[in-house]
Amino acid sequence: MKRSVAPVFWLLFGAGGMLSAFTGPALVLITGLAVPTGIGVSPSFMSFARATAFAQDPLGKLVLFGVIALFLWHGAERIYLTLRDMRAGGRLALMCICYGSASALTFVTVGTLMIIGF
Amino acid sequence: MTGPRPYLRPAKTAWWAHPPYLAYTLREATGVAVAGYALVLLAGLINLASGEEAYDAWLNFLKSPWSLALHLLFLIAMIGHVWTWFQIMPKTMPRLVIGGRVLPQNWITAAGLAVAMAAFVIILLVAEWMQP
Repeated sequence: MKRSVAPVFWLLFGAGGMLSAFTGPALVLITGLAVPTGIGVSPSFMSFARATAFAQDPLGKLVLFGVIALFLWHGAERIYLTLRDMRAGGRLALMCICYGSASALTFVTVGTLMIIGF
Repeated sequence: MTGPRPYLRPAKTAWWAHPPYLAYTLREATGVAVAGYALVLLAGLINLASGEEAYDAWLNFLKSPWSLALHLLFLIAMIGHVWTWFQIMPKTMPRLVIGGRVLPQNWITAAGLAVAMAAFVIILLVAEWMQP
């Protein structure tokens, strides 16, 4: 019997969906609205020195990798399934575009975290 | 001979833009916001690796009205994602039987939403604790 690769993508979709349901609203509020406007947050909250220290810490690295990669895989699965239902293109082409970008950006995330170092 | 040819009911080309499918389309569109927010963070991370000047440029981008509007949209979509995610959850998981009775679906939804709200408060408290 031919095995399907769909469960792998479903697992990543589910993990990203759960993580974003628990952390997404608070993270967007903090990094995208509170920090830029300075409302309720110190101006140096995400300064270069502090952000570097966070990205160099193993736990900080795990948080950044988990949030960026799983959010991307969650979005990629939803976009793929919706475009497929809309018949926006061939199944294989849509898979290559959606899963391909998510994989490539996951590698970019890992590479960037490695460049930032420990 | 070719294989079975299932009957495909004719559908409007933009069926996804009309009720009742519009709700489904909007729910799936929250995935674009989730991935979009990840892209903003990844851009910040790449700029962080490139040096202080590049990173400060990213911080300045976050201050632009475009970015603030984008993040407001992300926030609305994220809240929509949280709401719909826990509506779907009891439908995608095995039935929970407690003491010989099936746990009602809306209880699971309510529990999920309660945990999500608790997580929201906890993350804000952690951020407060991380303040310089």
